[in-house]
Amino acid sequence: MKLRIKFKKYGPVRFIGHLDVMRFFQKANRRAELDVAYTGGFSPHQIMSFAAPLGVGLTSNGEYMDLEVYSLTSCEDVKTRLNAVSVPGIEITSVKILPDKAGNAMASVAAAGYTVTFREGRGPHFDLAPAVERFLKKDEILITKETKKGSREINLKEGIYELKAVDGNSLYLLVDASSAGNIKPMQVVEALFAENGEPLPENALMVNREETYLRSDALELLPLDAIGYDSEEAYKAASGDAE
Amino acid sequence: MNEKLALSDDILMKIEKPARYIGNEVNAVVKDLNNIDVRFCMCFPDVYEIGMSHLGIQILYGMLNSWDDVWCERVYSPWVDLDAIMRKENIPLFALESQDPVKDFDFLGITIQYEMCYTNILQVLDLAKIPLLAKERGDDCPIVIGGGPCTYNPEPIADFFDIFYIGEGETQYRPLIDLYKKCREEKAGREEFLRRAAKLPGMYVPRFYETTYHEDGTIASFRPTEEGISATIRKELVTDMTDSFYPMKPVVPYIKVTQDRVVLEIQRGCIRGCRFCQAGQLYRPVRERDVEVLKKYAMEMLKNTGHEEISLSSLSSSDYSKLPELIDFLMEECNKRHINISLPSLRIDAFSLDVMSKVQDVKKSSLTFAPEAGSQRLRDVINKGLTEEVILHGSALAFEGGWTRVKLYFMLGHPTETEEDIRGIAELSNKIAATFFDTVPKEKRVNGRVQIVTSTSFFVPKPFTPFQWAPQCTKEEFVEKAYLTRKAISEQLNQKSIKYNWHEADVSVLEGVLARGDRRLSQVLLYVYNKGCFYDAWSEYFHNDVWMEAFAACGLDPDFYSHRERPLDEILPWDFLDCGVSRSFLEREWQKAKNETTSPNCKQACQGCGAARFGCGICIEPRD
Repeated sequence: MKLRIKFKKYGPVRFIGHLDVMRFFQKANRRAELDVAYTGGFSPHQIMSFAAPLGVGLTSNGEYMDLEVYSLTSCEDVKTRLNAVSVPGIEITSVKILPDKAGNAMASVAAAGYTVTFREGRGPHFDLAPAVERFLKKDEILITKETKKGSREINLKEGIYELKAVDGNSLYLLVDASSAGNIKPMQVVEALFAENGEPLPENALMVNREETYLRSDALELLPLDAIGYDSEEAYKAASGDAE
Repeated sequence: MNEKLALSDDILMKIEKPARYIGNEVNAVVKDLNNIDVRFCMCFPDVYEIGMSHLGIQILYGMLNSWDDVWCERVYSPWVDLDAIMRKENIPLFALESQDPVKDFDFLGITIQYEMCYTNILQVLDLAKIPLLAKERGDDCPIVIGGGPCTYNPEPIADFFDIFYIGEGETQYRPLIDLYKKCREEKAGREEFLRRAAKLPGMYVPRFYETTYHEDGTIASFRPTEEGISATIRKELVTDMTDSFYPMKPVVPYIKVTQDRVVLEIQRGCIRGCRFCQAGQLYRPVRERDVEVLKKYAMEMLKNTGHEEISLSSLSSSDYSKLPELIDFLMEECNKRHINISLPSLRIDAFSLDVMSKVQDVKKSSLTFAPEAGSQRLRDVINKGLTEEVILHGSALAFEGGWTRVKLYFMLGHPTETEEDIRGIAELSNKIAATFFDTVPKEKRVNGRVQIVTSTSFFVPKPFTPFQWAPQCTKEEFVEKAYLTRKAISEQLNQKSIKYNWHEADVSVLEGVLARGDRRLSQVLLYVYNKGCFYDAWSEYFHNDVWMEAFAACGLDPDFYSHRERPLDEILPWDFLDCGVSRSFLEREWQKAKNETTSPNCKQACQGCGAARFGCGICIEPRD
């Protein structure tokens, strides 16, 4: 049975990198004494998968991890147990059982929503709201993306699903987060600044990922755990229906 | 949650591994400042990943925090990137838990595990804005207290410490902290607290002692400067390991550290009495922990940490009397929980090979032997009770069991070593390879070959060992020996199966100088530190030329400390300490070494080393 576990990351632990968050959960799952499924061999690994890596320094309200278990007491109990052995700043907000057919967390990611706030003294000297409006009217927004193999030009516009000024000092973005077209919030803000003739100061942004989305069969963007069940009963009932 | 961070986001985003500096790890202890009396900051003067792997700090951290009136926090050496930023931006060194400046604490405890960290001690004090010299510190500074194996010759760093705690940390911290609280109540002041602390068992307060020297540089006298201060200090020791504190909730780091596992200390001390080994003397007598208690500890620590591996810790695990019972229990429990067992310091025999084949992948793992010397003659000199027969027999068993990789550890530069002994290293390596070809039929050879990795380090004579009087080789002699080893290996029939690794010689020479140095060396340490040296334990930051320049500038000759055989009647800088092992025993052992005579181990026959005065451990058990 596969669980989809949603968690928040905030406070000092925002400086823990993605791989270390994975290590953290491997140990937390043991402390919580969950009935986790393992791979075989001399160094067995827990069968787990993370949705979208969160960069060092970023906070999030919408992180996801899939975890294969042999059995569970209840979704609520898994959440309670994990929170009891967690650290301040890593907080489980929901646990759901995935339908058997669901793809893994990482492959499912289609988009992510972010709130971006400017650090003191590093915000724009232009008005955000009208600038965003002008920005979105462009047919294409070309930026150069540095990759391991060199650099290539990409059109940001295709990957920006939503962009708005929340207030004079922060933005909300909903952008492509799939492995093929992942866009970082900073790339968008940099392009917006460039458009207005301003360089983006170093470390100017505080970024909070609000939610991670999958694309449903009906092509809607839904939170990654929208497809899960709250209880084993619901899961079994649904699996039974499918048969 | 402690939301506060001493470093700004700008800095944390700029430096390598910011997780080293943010605290908040699993099992880190946070207390309310209003409810405690004493703030203790425990330091390992090296980078976080090394310091977090140290068992001693986990023990003391757990013990101090188990007391309601004390809050113990941790600090490690900031890595060079952050060090530069802290100096430039004038940011004081802070403790991980509260993120408060180290200078605000009552105590700064520094564990001193190896000589090459001495400059990092200065780095920590300097970044904390604590004067480097103890005598320049006022009441606004923490009491700087040192502990660990290097304090068995604390003299080279004596000027930087207010107190050295000699011996095992479990016993005297409570009385010391009570004394501190009492002195604070009485407004007795720093100097008076130190004076009274000097009268507690195991406490060495360097400011109350003075050394005079002969014209030739040797020590003429070492004595207390005040009435009532003891002329000798005996090490502190836990007499009952089973009853002593052991941390059930060690701190679990976020980032991968060197020792990322549960560490179960099964015993302290060693029965073997290898003459080069300092730990084998310092931690006498060997004391075992009860096997039932260990089983309970193992399960509790695995549950509390979530670690995926457990390791047994001791100087020689095979000598633990209940090892089979403990390993059977761990294998059963760990198997259920998908937990790996790591078994360092096991002697290779049928039992250990059977266990190892069950807990590790034979194809990927390697066997380790530490003959330490190439010939039986020299192994007798160093009292390493491992014979060629045992090594070859163990190898044959292992090769039959499917192992194809063997690691061999040797030291170059033992007293009396000859070219013949060095050639023995190559010959033994060759014989092990030959054993493989004799034991494993051609059709069964995985990839058709065996891999022997032979490594040599350079011998550093240490205080409180029978070799404390021995001359250490010069750098040139060491390099020559390594060259000879390499040449001898290349002449072997199976040389293609043998890979040879050796260490840098100049660090070993410097370690030797610092290990047996006296108080005058503090000048050298200050000199190199002021020239920008620290992280000397990291080869990329070690600058031998600066050290040599420092010796010259201070008018001190490194050879005086390392390359000279010291006569038995010379006053050694550490003679005022009593590690439990008597001077006469060490002298006897030194003589026996020169005569190529071995000594039986503690289980076979008591050698009257002196540790029996503690009345515990092997000394009070019936012998074989």
